[in-house]
Amino acid sequence: MLLWALVGATAPALADEYSLVIDETKVNITGRERTAMAINDAVPGPALRWREGEEVTLHVANRLSEPTSIHWHGVIVPNTMDGVPGISFEHIRPGETFTYRFTVKQSGTYWYHSHSGLQEQAGVYSPLIIDPAKPEPFRYDREYVVMLSDWTDENPNRVLAKLKKQSGYYNFNKPTVVDFFRDVGRTSWRATLSDRLAWGRMRMDPTDIADVTGSTYTFLVNGQPPKANWTALFTPRERVRLRFINAASMTYFDIRIPGLKMEVVQADGQDVEPVVVDELRIAVSETYDVIVEPRENQAYTMFAEAMDRSGYARGTLAPRSGMSAPIPALRPRPIRTMADMGMADMDHGMHEMQQDAKAQEKEAPVPGMDHEAMGLGQADAMPGMSSGEEPMVMHGPDAHGRGNSMVVMMPRSRIHEPGAGLEHTGTRVLVYTDLRARESGYDRRKPEREIELHLTGNMDRYIWGIDGKRYAESEPIRLRYNERLRVILVNDTMMEHPLHLHGMWMELDNGNGEHNPRKFTINVKPGERLAFNMTADALGAWPFHCHLGYHMAAGMMVHVVVSEDGAEAH
Amino acid sequence: MVCGNSALTGSARLAALLLLAVTVLAGRPDPAAADESQLFTLIEAEQFEFRATNGEGTVSWDAQGWIGGDYDKIWLKTQGDDLRDGPVRNAEIQVLYSRTIAAFWDLQVGGRYDVKPDPSRGFAVLGIQGLAPYFFEVDAAAFISDEGDVSGRIEAEYELLLTQRLIAKPSAELNAAIQDVEELGIGSGLSEVELSVRLRYEIVRELAPYLGVSWERKVGPTADFARRQGADVGDLTFVSGVRFWF
Repeated sequence: MLLWALVGATAPALADEYSLVIDETKVNITGRERTAMAINDAVPGPALRWREGEEVTLHVANRLSEPTSIHWHGVIVPNTMDGVPGISFEHIRPGETFTYRFTVKQSGTYWYHSHSGLQEQAGVYSPLIIDPAKPEPFRYDREYVVMLSDWTDENPNRVLAKLKKQSGYYNFNKPTVVDFFRDVGRTSWRATLSDRLAWGRMRMDPTDIADVTGSTYTFLVNGQPPKANWTALFTPRERVRLRFINAASMTYFDIRIPGLKMEVVQADGQDVEPVVVDELRIAVSETYDVIVEPRENQAYTMFAEAMDRSGYARGTLAPRSGMSAPIPALRPRPIRTMADMGMADMDHGMHEMQQDAKAQEKEAPVPGMDHEAMGLGQADAMPGMSSGEEPMVMHGPDAHGRGNSMVVMMPRSRIHEPGAGLEHTGTRVLVYTDLRARESGYDRRKPEREIELHLTGNMDRYIWGIDGKRYAESEPIRLRYNERLRVILVNDTMMEHPLHLHGMWMELDNGNGEHNPRKFTINVKPGERLAFNMTADALGAWPFHCHLGYHMAAGMMVHVVVSEDGAEAH
Repeated sequence: MVCGNSALTGSARLAALLLLAVTVLAGRPDPAAADESQLFTLIEAEQFEFRATNGEGTVSWDAQGWIGGDYDKIWLKTQGDDLRDGPVRNAEIQVLYSRTIAAFWDLQVGGRYDVKPDPSRGFAVLGIQGLAPYFFEVDAAAFISDEGDVSGRIEAEYELLLTQRLIAKPSAELNAAIQDVEELGIGSGLSEVELSVRLRYEIVRELAPYLGVSWERKVGPTADFARRQGADVGDLTFVSGVRFWF
């Protein structure tokens, strides 16, 4: 019950019928009163707690002046219950109530949010916990939901409009003349100049880590800004389960609790072999469950640093309320490197760049690298690649048109890397190759087919897409019911993208074979090529999109149609 | 800022064109009701400034705006100057349809109307605008007047960040004509060069006061025309103004 008090939940626990009301509500997060969109008048909304096997009925009433929707993020539901306007249903009109009804067939940590416009950024998000039918393979004494999010006092539609007009609007860490001379001092005139020329030639900004930053965002833990110090209580030596949910629209968080190790036991609601880490990066829309064991009678800071270091969310684990522990300083901002651009070598500067430019002009197509209908086994692995890592392959001749401003020459596997800014922490940081599913072999069939999708974007114009096309221009990806396939994702941009598939699990190929982890969101790093396997076991139309709210709004979405014969009609 | 009968006629034509543009764009079918078909608008006064030359003051502007989606927009561009409390010396307005043809480049076609100098002129415009490698903002256009005269203009700008908010912006503009247009004092070949640098401070992104210096010079036959009429061929002016957009 403590949990419910702390997250401000109002829903009755374990009931099978729930009423949710989407309405505007007044909030004051930064010292100024603002109108948020909220579920049952709270941001986040009420934490729902379901039981595996339960048939849930949810009445969602829309009291907004615009259409809304609720999507059960990570939950496998019948197609018409998925809550995506224009794909799974029309939407919920103002004044109307939509009733969702389905049987819960899984357990773990999830969340639910609006899938309409930018309503999620405005406050329509909430935790969703599903208790398992069978006992879990780990033990804990108490648990807390730690939902991270980003809040702006601005109207989210204005934020999008600003990005369309000036994509670097929220970046106050652009390279300056001062930085230039500092770098000359650190390295040399030649190296600094060639670095600047390399970025200039590509018309890319190496300081572009986050499109929307702490210059407008306040980062929240369970709806609380850092100074409110949301606190979770423990008794020393207890095992405390923390259910981290990244409900931010745009912000990746690096989570650590100085003084405590975190034992990761679930990722995206799925049991994994426990991994003990000092820190983990949670991509937008992912969930991770960790167990910590505070032994001392002291407070510990839960520190969630924004990936671009423009701010942090913070809470406290403490034996008594009112306590706090030191807040770590923000670490240096990461900066994009030539590796993020898919360049083979990041230290050779202009000379290398010119060679790359020549290579690009020739753009000799590598056999088998055609995006469409790429047969199995055609991609020859480069020597030295370990299992589970996608081979490094040359980018094909398709530059993806006007919607894309760069191609990554040599996309490569980065699933073993901790990510920008976490390379040299000297501590144990969770990486994707750590995730080993407890369950094995969901579907032991080999993929019959391979699909390659390129994540593309035109940062300067703030246009995002897949294979160079925005959602409105895209063709659906057609799958045959129950077919087993392999999807390769290539990130042709210099941003991280958390790709989320509705309705079906993605089995991230991280080298663990039958123990590859099932995920609902896969983070794809800049210049990365990775793969997941999946079984098309859910009929209907399902979105596959970048979960960064403004990237999705700018077009980074396709939809997958699963039909009996995989053909046009559905 | 712009007054006089010809200006009113110009404004009326412009209003009609804009209305047409908005109607056409807004009336497009909304594919799959996706967000990315949304329309956005920008109004930006890149330069709105006071120029001091030999004790004379002029107010000068260079502004642009657009309405549209990601790839198709209607652009509006205007620039000009007038003597303080005096007549408008130059004023032009362009209405262009702009289409993205490559990641960093837009092709623009439309019309230009020069309210001043007298006699006023209409032009057809074909241009290209975008971001060149090394972050040079480029706007190049060819103009054919209603008298059949052909001219061209290329502008390039660069933003040099001294700090996150203190930004120097050097820019260059070259004007050229294919033939003499004596009544407007334009000679064939390169006709006018303008080099300037403005140092602005962004109080917020949308609002930045600035100081700058601008050097303009008529060259070639255009300079000869000016000399014959006893006019200056070149000016070095100090400018102060405000850049704003919304």
